[in-house]
Amino acid sequence: MGMIAKVGDWFDRRLQLAAPVRAMAEHPVPRNTASWWYVFGSAALTVFILQIVTGILLALVYVPSGAEAWSSLQALNHNVTLGWFIRGMHGWGSNFMVAIVLIHMVQVFLFGAHKFPRELTWIIGVLLLLMTLGMAFSGQVLRFDQDAYWGLGIGASIASRVPILGPAIVKLMLGGPIIAGATLSRFFALHVFVIPGLLIGFVCLHVLMVLKLGINEWPMPGRIVRRATYEAEYHALTNKDGAPFVPYAVWKDMFFAAFIILAVAACALYFGPFGPTGMPDPTIIQTVPKPDYFFLWLYALLSLLPPSLETPVLLIGPVLAIAGLLLLPFLSGEGEKSWKRRPIAVLTVSLIAITLGTFTHLAGFTPWSPHMNAWSSDPVPARLIEGSSALERQGALVFQVKQCRNCHSLGESGGQRGPALDSVAVRLTQDQLIRQVIQGGGNMPAYGKNLSPAETTALVAFLGSLHPKGQAPARDASRDVTLTNANQPFTKP
Amino acid sequence: MATKPALAPSTDAAISRRGFFMKLGIVFNALAASVVAVPIVGFLFSSITRGRANGYLSWVLLGKVSEFPEGETRLATFRNPYVMPTDGKTADTACWVRRVEGEQFQVFAVNCAHLGCPVRWFPQSGLFMCPCHGGAYYRDGSRASGPPERGLFEYPYKVQNGVIAIQAGELPTPGSATALLTGTTPCAAHEQFVSIQGAEASLENRG
Repeated sequence: MGMIAKVGDWFDRRLQLAAPVRAMAEHPVPRNTASWWYVFGSAALTVFILQIVTGILLALVYVPSGAEAWSSLQALNHNVTLGWFIRGMHGWGSNFMVAIVLIHMVQVFLFGAHKFPRELTWIIGVLLLLMTLGMAFSGQVLRFDQDAYWGLGIGASIASRVPILGPAIVKLMLGGPIIAGATLSRFFALHVFVIPGLLIGFVCLHVLMVLKLGINEWPMPGRIVRRATYEAEYHALTNKDGAPFVPYAVWKDMFFAAFIILAVAACALYFGPFGPTGMPDPTIIQTVPKPDYFFLWLYALLSLLPPSLETPVLLIGPVLAIAGLLLLPFLSGEGEKSWKRRPIAVLTVSLIAITLGTFTHLAGFTPWSPHMNAWSSDPVPARLIEGSSALERQGALVFQVKQCRNCHSLGESGGQRGPALDSVAVRLTQDQLIRQVIQGGGNMPAYGKNLSPAETTALVAFLGSLHPKGQAPARDASRDVTLTNANQPFTKP
Repeated sequence: MATKPALAPSTDAAISRRGFFMKLGIVFNALAASVVAVPIVGFLFSSITRGRANGYLSWVLLGKVSEFPEGETRLATFRNPYVMPTDGKTADTACWVRRVEGEQFQVFAVNCAHLGCPVRWFPQSGLFMCPCHGGAYYRDGSRASGPPERGLFEYPYKVQNGVIAIQAGELPTPGSATALLTGTTPCAAHEQFVSIQGAEASLENRG
């Protein structure tokens, strides 16, 4: 017996782990589950382990103090050798982890793996998804910059809307009356101790259940899951058509795991770490806070919901969504597994993906937000004032100075909160323009108190000149008649 | 022999004796857990009340009235009255001070009434605009457009000896104490108003 074998034998006499580990590794899996579609679970675990490693490395330097966190991140980025790379790995690892967990969930759902007898595996998976999102949010807070600060403010504003308990929840969440040092400390505890501890425990349970219950077989259209017969059928399948997990299926997991680690490293190397953006100083209000990628859809939703629906959707929506996910295996615990025979499942996934994708895309350019600097930075396109009268040019000035540009674009630059005004004169008559400017309406503030009659006249003259060449501006047909009649002395017919 | 050995206990009695001690052990641990739970829960929820009748609110000085020209809205900053050693810059807070005329003010929180982003004042158009979700407010803080359901939060203020003070100390959210008070009416917390005698001197020291 060689020396290594002897040492190994010495340990195993005491640990007695070799036999169960071998049994686990060599347990038979259905042959057709050795598929590239089955690699996302192990990839999620791989990224999680990577996150633990890079997280511990960051904790060697990071200071969870409201006064020093931001500068310790700067030190990591600029002073500590390869600190920027480890930060990049951790930040990109976070994005990869959320993405892989979501893909894993969709795959599991479309393959019917949530059905009997794997209901609890699914439920724990849902909890793991929530914890992963919790890690993503708390991690964004630890990157204690302006986005983190105002993101916490948004979280607090949402929490405060809970009836009766709202204010107490806010102070519990912030660790005090304001977003400050205590807030960061408790998010640090959540991000570094509480959630990872839970994650490790639940990941172990999740994997244990996959081993005990067996990996979900490749779904065949027409092969129906029945509580009474499923387990016997599954065992027959693995016995008849099974192969040992190691090495028959594991090599694909290993390839994909290595690919994901390299992809995270490549992103860290090429794109670098995330932020930190500006200092978390609440007196610096020249900031446009934005959440991290995986919360952008929420940012869009909060902007687009009608005000009256917002609080109910914010408070009841998550409860319904989580309850729906948890109850799913009980609502459809039997029946077809294959996505080819589950059109509603496929449509649901597509609808959710398209909705989230659209919201995320919209949040990339925030058409609902005023462009705070458009009025002083985006010039009026020269073609719009070519050959215009002095009054119209004065109106163009009013248009810029009164920040109309922050919400209305001209020549594709400016805010998109309100409609583009390049050809507004075709849509609105002079009277309608005056009314809209003075009284506002349709989500536009009233400018009556902030415009002198001269400014209004100039502004409306400018807006009235905004129409394509060869297309006449809108005009009220009765206006000329009324004006003409007003000038005519009244005569009896 | 017909009699049992004196030292051999009956099996039933031994189980119930051990069982009794195990149950006693559980009770003892439950007792210990509940004794320890009281301070743990007290610690965990200590941030909610701070054990004070008026919570975290205090009167803080913003500056001399003369620093705020009539008819204009200016950004003012103050240090939050409740500070922890690790707060750093985060305990500094900004607010918009509108001097309507004379000693009549409106002091707005910078936090949008929608979801708390910092609103910016545009004197040319007389609007506060929020960069996040597009909320806009008129110069008097009332809602102009966008998702907010109400106007800007106002701090209660007090002018004494030419110095303006506001009652602050909490992040203004739709449910917070700050949000429930309005600035223009004399507030219920009047008796809590800390005398600001000699405030000018302290302001000069601060500067």
